[in-house]
Amino acid sequence: MINPSHQERPGKIQTPPISSRPWAGAFIIMAGIVALLLGIGLSVSYGAADIPLATVWNSVLHFNAELTQHQIIHDIRMPRVLGGALVGACFAVAGAIMQGMTRNPLADSGLLGLNAGAAFALAICFALYPGLSYTYLIVISFLGAGLGAGLVYGFGSFSKGGLTPARLVLAGAAVSALLAALSEGVALYYQIGQDLAFWYAGGVAGTKWQELKVLFPLVGAAILVAIVISRSITLLSLGDDVARGLGLRTGWIKTIGMLVVLLLAGVAVSVVGAVGFVGLIIPHLTRYLVGVDYRWIIPCSAILGSLLVVLADLAARLVNPPFETPIGALIALVGVPFFLFLALKERREL
Amino acid sequence: MLILGALILIVFIISMNTGYIRLSPAVLIRTLFGAGSDKESLILFDFRLPRIVISILIGAGLAVSGCIMQGISRNALADPGILGINAGAGLMVTLFISFFSATSTSSIFLLPILALLGGGATALLILVLAHRPHQPLSSTRLLLTGIAVAAGLSAAMLVLTLRLNPDQYQFVATWLAGSIWGTNWKFVLSLLPWILILLPYVIYKARVLNVLRLGESMATGLGASVSREQLKLLFAAVGLAASCVAVSGGIGFVGLIGPHLGRRLVGSRHQLLIPVSALIGALLVITGDTLGRWILQPSEIPTGIVVAVIGAPYFLYLLSRTKE
Repeated sequence: MINPSHQERPGKIQTPPISSRPWAGAFIIMAGIVALLLGIGLSVSYGAADIPLATVWNSVLHFNAELTQHQIIHDIRMPRVLGGALVGACFAVAGAIMQGMTRNPLADSGLLGLNAGAAFALAICFALYPGLSYTYLIVISFLGAGLGAGLVYGFGSFSKGGLTPARLVLAGAAVSALLAALSEGVALYYQIGQDLAFWYAGGVAGTKWQELKVLFPLVGAAILVAIVISRSITLLSLGDDVARGLGLRTGWIKTIGMLVVLLLAGVAVSVVGAVGFVGLIIPHLTRYLVGVDYRWIIPCSAILGSLLVVLADLAARLVNPPFETPIGALIALVGVPFFLFLALKERREL
Repeated sequence: MLILGALILIVFIISMNTGYIRLSPAVLIRTLFGAGSDKESLILFDFRLPRIVISILIGAGLAVSGCIMQGISRNALADPGILGINAGAGLMVTLFISFFSATSTSSIFLLPILALLGGGATALLILVLAHRPHQPLSSTRLLLTGIAVAAGLSAAMLVLTLRLNPDQYQFVATWLAGSIWGTNWKFVLSLLPWILILLPYVIYKARVLNVLRLGESMATGLGASVSREQLKLLFAAVGLAASCVAVSGGIGFVGLIGPHLGRRLVGSRHQLLIPVSALIGALLVITGDTLGRWILQPSEIPTGIVVAVIGAPYFLYLLSRTKE
C-alpha cells in the first residue's frame, strides 16, 4: 500500500528536525487491526444479552437465520459496531487533515463548528422532509458541515490579526452555540425534539445495514483520497511557503482536503450526532507514535479512531446498564483534559 | 439611563400582555391596582409578574457578572457562560436535583447556594489551570480553559441526567435550555437578596475596577493590592452568575453583550457602566423571554435560545474586531 521511506529527496528543507517512524506505523496498522477486530468481537458479544465469542464467530462464518442469537448479532449488533468503527475513522482522519493543513494543533471538527453545522442541517431535514433517503441525508449533512466551517473561517479570517488557533476555537464555540440554539428552536417548533434527542444520545445504536452500504464506499473513497494527498499534507504542515517552494499547488490540495474533511465530518455526524474530541485526540496520539509523515498518520489515525469509538461504545453500554451513556459524553470526559493539556502547553501566547 | 428605564417599562407592559390569554392594557392597569377579576389577577400576579421580575433580576445579575469578568481579565470576550461558571453551577444543581426534589421551598433557597459552590469551584479550577507562575494571567488562556472545562462539565451533566427518572429529566432538560421556569414569588425571594447585596457592593468597588483595567503594573503602582481585589470581585461575579443560573439555567451571552453595549453608551467608567450594563442585561432577558413566549404561541421557546440567537453573532462580530 505504502512504501516506507526514511530519507527521500536529499536536500529536503529540514525546518524542524523531522522524524518519521515507519516501523512504528507499520506496527500500529497491524496491531491496530488485530485490536480493532478484537474490540469488534467483544462489542458484539457484550450487551443486554451476552453472547459467547464462539457464537459470534459462527454467526459470521455460518449464518443461520433460525437462531435468535445469530439474528441479534446480524441485525442489531454488527451494524452498530461497524458504524462505530466507521465514525471513529471519519472523525480521526478529518481531524488529522485539518491539523495538518491549518497547522493548528487545536483543529477538530467538533471545535471548529463542523459538527454543529451538520447537526443543524439534519435537524432542519428531520423537520421539513421526514423520511428522506439516507443518501440525501448525507448530502445535507455535508452541506451543513460546510456551513459551520464557512461561518467559523469567515469570522476568523475577517478579524484583525488573522487566524490564530485560539481565535478559531473561540469562533467555533460561538458558532456551535448559535447553531445548537437554532437546532433546538427548529426541534421545538416542529416538535421533533424527541427524535433529535434520541438520535443525539443514541450514539451508534440503530445503525442499519442499508446505511452502512451507502456509507462504506463513501468513507472508503474519502480516506483513500486522503491517503493519496497525504504527502502533500505533510508538505503543507511545514508551512505554505515551504510547500509552495517545493512546487506544491497549495490551493488545489487545500480544496481537496477541505472537501474530504467536510464529507467525513458530515457522514460521521449523520450516523452518531455531534461527537467531539475524537479528531483532536487521535491525530496527536498518532503523531506521537509514528512521527510527522502524514502517509502514516492518516491510515493509523483511521484505525486508532475506529478503536476509540468502538471501545467507547462498549463502555457506554457497560457503565450504567441497562441504560446507555452517550458516547459523546464519555469521549468528552477523556478529551477535555487532553485539550487543556494541548491548549495550555503552548509556551507562547496562542 | 432614563431611556433604558423607559424601554424596560415598555417591554414590561408588552410582556404582561403576552401569553396564552391576552389582557388589554385597560384590564392590566385595573388589575395592577387590585380591581381586576380573580382570573385576571391570578394570571398577572401569580404567573406573569414573577416571571417578568425574575427576568429583570437575572438579566441584571448576568450582565454585571460579565462586566466584572471583563474588567478583571481585561478581555472583551469574558462572560460567565463562556468561562464555564454556568456549567459548574448547573452541574451542582443537577446533582442536587437527582437526589432531592427541586420544588420544595427549602430547596429553592438552597439552589442558589449550591450553584454558588459549583460556580466557585469551577472558577478556582479554571484559575489554577490557566495560571502560570511569574506571568500575568493570560486572558486567552483563561477563555480556552473555560471553554474546555465547560465542555467537560456539560458531558458530566449529560451522564448524570440519564440516571434521572422521566419527570426529573424533563425538569433538568428544560432548565438546561435556559428557560425561566421559576415562575413564582418564592424564586424571586430566593434571588433578590443576592442581587440586592452584590450589586451595590460591585458599584461600591467600581473605582477598583477602573484601576484594574489599566493593567496590573499600573494598578499596583496606584496602590491597589491587585490579586486580592481581583479575587474579591471574581467572587462577587461568580455569586451573581451562579444565583442567576440556579433560577434560570444556562442563559449565555447576556454577560457578554450587556457590558459591551454599555461601554458603547457611557464609556468605560465603571461607576456608570455597572448600572447601565445591569439595565441593558435586564432589557435583553425580558425581551428574549417575551419573544420566546410570543413567537410560537402557545408553545414557548426557552429564553436561552432566543438570547443565543441574538448573542452569538454579536460575539463573533466582537471576536473579529478585537486584537489579541
